[in-house]
Amino acid sequence: MTGKPYRLTEGGSRIDRNSRMTFSFDGRDVQGFAGDTVASAVLASGQKIFGRSFKYHRPRGVVGLGSEEMNALIGVGADARHEPNLRATQVEIFGGMVAESQNRWPSLTYDMGAINSKLSRFIPGGFYYKTFKWPQAFWKHVYEPIIRRAAGLGRAATGCDPDTYEHMHLHCDVLVAGGGLAGILAAEAAAKAGARVVLIDENPVLGGIADLTAGMINGECAADWLKPTADALQMMPNMRVLSRTTVVGHYHHNYLMAHERVGDHDPALLAAGAPRQRKWKIRAKRVIMATGAIERPIAFANNDRPNIMLASAARGLISRYGVSPGTQGIVFTNNDDAYLTAFALQKAGVNVQIVDSRARPDGDLVKRAQEEGIPVSLSSVISAVAGTQAVRAVKIAAYRKGQGRVITERKVDCDFIAMSGGWNPALHLWAHNGGKIRFDDSLQSFRPDTHPDAITAVGAANGTMSVAETISEAQAAGEVAAKSVLKKAKAAKPAKIEVKEPKRGALEPLWFAPATGHYNEGNKHFIDFQNDVTVADLELAQREGYESVEHTKRYTTLGMATDQGKTSNLNGLGVLAEATGKTIPEIGVTTFRPPYTPYSFGAIAGALTNDLFLPVRRTAVFQWHTDQGATWEPVGQWRRAYTYTGVGEEKHQSITREILSVRNKVGLLDASTLGKIEIKGPDAAEFLDRIYTNTFSTLKVGRCRYGLMMNELGFLSDDGVTVRLGEDHFLMHTTSGGADRIAAWLEEWLQTEWTQYKVFVTPVTEQWSQFALAGPQAREVLEKLEPDFEITNEAFPHMSFKIGKLGGFPVRVYRISFSGELSYEIAAPAGYGLSLWQAIMEAGAEFGIGPYGTEALHVLRAEKGYIVIGDETDGTTTPDDVGMAGMVSKKKTDFLGKRSLEQSELKRDGRKQLVGLLTEEPNDILPDGAHAVADLKDKPPMKMIGHVTSSYMSPSLGRSIAMALIENGRARMGETIAFPLAGGKVMKAKIIGTVFYDKDGGRINA
Amino acid sequence: MLKPRYSIFSLARNAMNYHKDWERAWRSPSPKAEYDAVIVGAGGHGLATAYYLAKNHKMTNIAVVEKGWLGGGNTGRNTTIIRSNYLQDPSIAIYELARTLYEGLSQELNYNVMFSPRGVLMLCQTQHELRAFQRTAHANRLAGLDCRMITPAEVKEIVPIINDDPNCRYPILGAYYQPRGGTGRHDAVAWGYARGADDMGVDIIQNCEVTGIQRDGNQVMGLETSRGVIKTKKVGVVTAGNVSTVMDMAGVRMPIESLCLQALVSEPIKPVIDCVVMANTVHGYMSQSDKGELVIGGGTDPYNNYSQRGSFASLEHTITALIETFPIISRLRMLRHWGGIVDMTGDRSPIIGKTPVDGLYVNCGWGTGGFKAIPGSGWVFADTLANDRPHKIAEAFSMERFTEGRFIDESVAAAVAH
Repeated sequence: MTGKPYRLTEGGSRIDRNSRMTFSFDGRDVQGFAGDTVASAVLASGQKIFGRSFKYHRPRGVVGLGSEEMNALIGVGADARHEPNLRATQVEIFGGMVAESQNRWPSLTYDMGAINSKLSRFIPGGFYYKTFKWPQAFWKHVYEPIIRRAAGLGRAATGCDPDTYEHMHLHCDVLVAGGGLAGILAAEAAAKAGARVVLIDENPVLGGIADLTAGMINGECAADWLKPTADALQMMPNMRVLSRTTVVGHYHHNYLMAHERVGDHDPALLAAGAPRQRKWKIRAKRVIMATGAIERPIAFANNDRPNIMLASAARGLISRYGVSPGTQGIVFTNNDDAYLTAFALQKAGVNVQIVDSRARPDGDLVKRAQEEGIPVSLSSVISAVAGTQAVRAVKIAAYRKGQGRVITERKVDCDFIAMSGGWNPALHLWAHNGGKIRFDDSLQSFRPDTHPDAITAVGAANGTMSVAETISEAQAAGEVAAKSVLKKAKAAKPAKIEVKEPKRGALEPLWFAPATGHYNEGNKHFIDFQNDVTVADLELAQREGYESVEHTKRYTTLGMATDQGKTSNLNGLGVLAEATGKTIPEIGVTTFRPPYTPYSFGAIAGALTNDLFLPVRRTAVFQWHTDQGATWEPVGQWRRAYTYTGVGEEKHQSITREILSVRNKVGLLDASTLGKIEIKGPDAAEFLDRIYTNTFSTLKVGRCRYGLMMNELGFLSDDGVTVRLGEDHFLMHTTSGGADRIAAWLEEWLQTEWTQYKVFVTPVTEQWSQFALAGPQAREVLEKLEPDFEITNEAFPHMSFKIGKLGGFPVRVYRISFSGELSYEIAAPAGYGLSLWQAIMEAGAEFGIGPYGTEALHVLRAEKGYIVIGDETDGTTTPDDVGMAGMVSKKKTDFLGKRSLEQSELKRDGRKQLVGLLTEEPNDILPDGAHAVADLKDKPPMKMIGHVTSSYMSPSLGRSIAMALIENGRARMGETIAFPLAGGKVMKAKIIGTVFYDKDGGRINA
Repeated sequence: MLKPRYSIFSLARNAMNYHKDWERAWRSPSPKAEYDAVIVGAGGHGLATAYYLAKNHKMTNIAVVEKGWLGGGNTGRNTTIIRSNYLQDPSIAIYELARTLYEGLSQELNYNVMFSPRGVLMLCQTQHELRAFQRTAHANRLAGLDCRMITPAEVKEIVPIINDDPNCRYPILGAYYQPRGGTGRHDAVAWGYARGADDMGVDIIQNCEVTGIQRDGNQVMGLETSRGVIKTKKVGVVTAGNVSTVMDMAGVRMPIESLCLQALVSEPIKPVIDCVVMANTVHGYMSQSDKGELVIGGGTDPYNNYSQRGSFASLEHTITALIETFPIISRLRMLRHWGGIVDMTGDRSPIIGKTPVDGLYVNCGWGTGGFKAIPGSGWVFADTLANDRPHKIAEAFSMERFTEGRFIDESVAAAVAH
């Protein structure tokens, strides 16, 4: 490093010279002041290179002033806190910060990847589509791995993110995006009229680039005049100001996302528990877009060398941070605005001269330059840059508009260049949700046109570059916005504002500055700096027929870098227009997509991670199960107890124990997760008749009925027992996983198709704890609990229910069974759940009661041949396929799926039908999902005839059992079929009926 | 016509003249008065159809007409996943044909489509999902596909950044792995087919919107377009996202719903993930492009939509799911998100074949997973068009299946049929 005095002795509105801090950049300690960015502090230290470009690995420095930066990307933070690809111009320094450059190896100054730069002649835009094809296997094994390692920018963090994020939801009357001159005045006007206003700005301090403009307002420079207004905004009760916050996206109906960097700049805040970042989800009645404008670079040869920056960036470095980019500067421009940079440099004591491509600029600033004695070369461009790791000198060539070749040139020593090709309104938000834009000849850029939503653009974002016009436009927009949303807006008392600003001369487009040498032969005029897209690349794309601007973009990667073309898109369009002889609007633009600037996935997820990511639902007995050694199975959003392993017990042992306990004694299952939906209203019975395949209008009050549900395609979608609580009142049970889906399904039919029905549907799953007390001694246990209702078989038969008290608890008891045993499902309001469970366990103790889990339940039901929707069915299974055609009403005029059952495919012979299977070897358990084949002698692809739907070792039978869907299965009883398994093993099994245990159902009715 | 071939040698040769002599990859022709066949829609499927019509069936007096720019629909918007490990036989047949063609496509087209068999992992995060994939695995093995179930430990080895905490919300119970699946460069697939078809004389006519389909009785006679009437007796409609509106011009009502499916990319970073991971239970999938961007997709929006802009809620859900699956992405940043319109059929499988109108053929309904099918889809659709009868693989995908109830339902094997 040179140690030259880049930090000026005076100036720097953002920095506090009394507060020094040290941070590290690539392991080197760098001194800075509070308020510095990494860009300003590192530049002040004399270092020009910040990173390497994507493709050619060319050394790159700072180009911009804020979020438009595309070159100086750095990684900040260590290990799990590392964040790559941050713009050095936005990162505020703090003591102890660890920052690093990216995409270089072994170091920033000596980078092996820079070999690509030497080879650049052979690797033009899109070269990879033309090569790396041979031999075929080399793409995956040789070429691609090399490309992948070379590509990418920074590196990801290691480990889980230790910081937190949160979401905030906000409604407001007026949202103002951008806190510069226009935004502040618009927000003030709207708030003074009484509207609830949110003003959002991406920078640490409000003011935008008022400090870089030339206008004098009421005799003060613009920034000084604006400051009291900005400060006062923070005090207004109906105003919320969010700094370090970017409005990243505009979505349907003025729904906006904003991203706030809460603690990134201050580790003390994070340590105190603040979230690192916040995502604001804002619904605004009106939006005022005051997002300013972004300066354009100029395409001249080697315009990417370190220390070639935007004119506004150079100006900002001096005024905000008291940093000069160098000691000898060139301002290269096609417009008046960059002259301000020359004045700022001159004032700071830096030698400067101006190169202006225009022949006869006539603005006030040009005259002032002459008055101040700054050398100005008119009709001139920079035709060459000397220096690789930093600018050493330039060549200045005479230029006429449209000229492609250099005729005369002269060399001038310098150590930095400030360039300006004009300004582009930052209209991204405008375009995110369908706003139209139009080309403006005086700006040579696009500006907002019409928009379907209630959104207005003001100031530079609207293409209004004059201070006076910006003020009146912003104030008017604020008032109009407030009036449009308020019943009664307060009258505004306009203060007298007097603006003096220089008359500006016209800008002349300069999309390409001719270079020393032949046109486009090896000179690199960069358009997209980060992605290394040059003018020659764009012309190549046109030559090869990639004419649509979208093709050009995708072929060359123009505008696809992390700045999403903020500084490159329009310049690219200018080049394409010149290359094709079309106008820029004829070329068209690529789609603007959110976000405006990239923001973290962590902020997008907010707090919805870990335990709050799809929170686990737990029954009232969850802790008891845990204490009893339950292992868990996720079912839908629930966790259910899979089995309760005792000390020294394996899972298969505990499952067997639980099954035998139910078969021989009595067991208790937590069935609370079972979906429960109350259906109430005068049309409830008819509604259910349409939902189920079987009839519920005939069900008597006090009785239960098993029902089958089909979707409209005629396929089984759910099943369960529904009970009739009253004439107009039913309680539907669904599968645990289907509870939400079925509730939504019922609502969909009620709300969209059968609107005539007077029916309410209320999911009540969580309101009730429900336990299945099953086994031959279930009635004795119930008896012990002293029910206040009769429980004899006659008074309380299978498929009926009682409402009453049991052990003092208010309960509903349904005599229904999924185990094939005598079984009561006892439901109580969930608040009683745990106590009731414990009471039942206590009452059952003398009968040897034990809890059983879902796996035991599944074996018990499989032994009985009961289906599980989702196991025995798969979305293409009809009631007849599972042998339940008898449950499809022939009498009802209509119900869901009835018509579809008439389709030829659903009625054809040879469909897969549910059967039972017994393996030849009783200890062989068929794997779930194993397929049977028609002929074992076939080679793949083999003809498959069906698959195993459920398969278990059955303790009740002392052997394995399985169910399967097999083509024409019911006609193949007794046939043995073969299942070829992985590794060459074949299992054979005999087809039998699906009921393996207690075929006559005596136990259930006992 | 035979364009000069692309190779490292032609690159070097052209470098001598600063690449000023490269020829157009495809012409920009004006429509002729009449063609033997016209494909509507210059996406991957349409261009592949034209390519194979010319290559396999020697039909070169044909055109592809495109409303916008070629490859601008879902071909240029998807997350480029290529796999064939489907459950149902017809699906396996067409997706495996496509995957096999992808393997040699760069050489076939003399255009690097960057097919990269980096492996596709479909995570099993519930018992139910595990069982469903076990069933698919058994079926695929007997069908002769190279796929297998792998253990959580193997998943971790292949994807070191995956969250393997057995106590997390949806722990990894295993994965269904197709090592020969992977990704391709989506634009290049469209461009390669376009260049190849153009080389055989196919006219690719961009900025040419079809406004009407002319019929004489039940026979297609031609197309009305924004660039005039084009006579033809064979029309293949391949306009994903807009198939209902185009077919409506011929009076054919399609069994299609159109939804917005979104995708997004992160900023480019150095490689962290080498394969494609699909997490269907939580609805998210992710791979990393050669440029370094994490390429991320999720589920469709729940409402019908033609706007190509989706709801933020689905993005938020996708990203949340992927942070759970890959914790290190929390501090990476979303660079860009976008939407495409996917045409969904009742069984989430495509429609390929003839229509009630003579000379009118349709290839649509690829839902959220059309990119992987492009070569196979073009192959069988070209054959169907050329011979006026469905290709054997296309037979099962006829439109009549919805009246017959002959569904090819892939959602039975996975929550989403990508």
